[in-house]
Amino acid sequence: MRAALAVAATVWFFGASFGLVARTAGMGVSAPLVMSATTFAGSAQFAVTSILGASGGAVAAIAAAVLLNARYAPISISVAPYFRGRRLRRLTESQLIVDESWALASRGDGRFDRRILLGAGLLLYASWLSGTAVGVLAGDALGDPKSLGLDGAFPALFLALLAPQLRAPRALAAALLGSAIAFALIPFTPPGTPIVAASAACLLGLRARP
Amino acid sequence: MSTVWLVVLVVGVATVALKATGPVLFGGRELPEPVASVVALLAPVLLAALVVTQTVGGDNELVLDARLAGVGAGAAAIAARAPLPAVVVAAAAATALFRLVA
Repeated sequence: MRAALAVAATVWFFGASFGLVARTAGMGVSAPLVMSATTFAGSAQFAVTSILGASGGAVAAIAAAVLLNARYAPISISVAPYFRGRRLRRLTESQLIVDESWALASRGDGRFDRRILLGAGLLLYASWLSGTAVGVLAGDALGDPKSLGLDGAFPALFLALLAPQLRAPRALAAALLGSAIAFALIPFTPPGTPIVAASAACLLGLRARP
Repeated sequence: MSTVWLVVLVVGVATVALKATGPVLFGGRELPEPVASVVALLAPVLLAALVVTQTVGGDNELVLDARLAGVGAGAAAIAARAPLPAVVVAAAAATALFRLVA
């Protein structure tokens, strides 16, 4: 719970910097808010602002964002067993899946805690949306988002959530292979692709257990 | 429709669909065995890939900047068994400080 609150605070500031950057990129007030409410995925939203801000076309912005969010297909499949009930309910609840809620809920060994996934997801959704609102309306008061060091905080956060999952030799091997794939592809492929390609490392799971 | 709204709507619909893929298509039942053992490794693999791309990832290039200092400080905090809030604060502070000095 304390961990979720810390992540929510970081996400709030990240949302505020998204709001500020989106406003500066000429997206206005309501479009960034609608985007945070429907897309709810930081890296893709930042990619859109930087492409639109540099007068890139709609197609380039859409392609970059969809590629960055393509990881949510495998991510959502990994937690599928925890969503029950009618299709509309599963669709609605699935929108609370975001990197951070998914990582917080991960128990290792492929198991997840449904209450943490949805509880942290709801908390992060509220932080992201309210942060965006403050960012578009009063972002200038926050100063330059880069001076907060948030871009260094998120990889450290993911590293902290990753560390306890590496005890199993197979998980460690898969994580190393995945990071090597991602690292090797960064210079040659558009952002988002290295992450999706890294998931090929999960195929190590098909090897018979020793 | 303006470019901004077109992008916001298309990306929104696409992301809703991507996040709903698993729960809508396979919700409420156990994944078949080969899929389950592959998916079991998704958390460590994707988290590791996110660490790499968010630390040194740029637009089609490797970028070494203040984020490395932040992740280094975060790693030190993790090794010292610091709680998650302390890890995040240490990483943000180190990134900001490095940027200020460099």
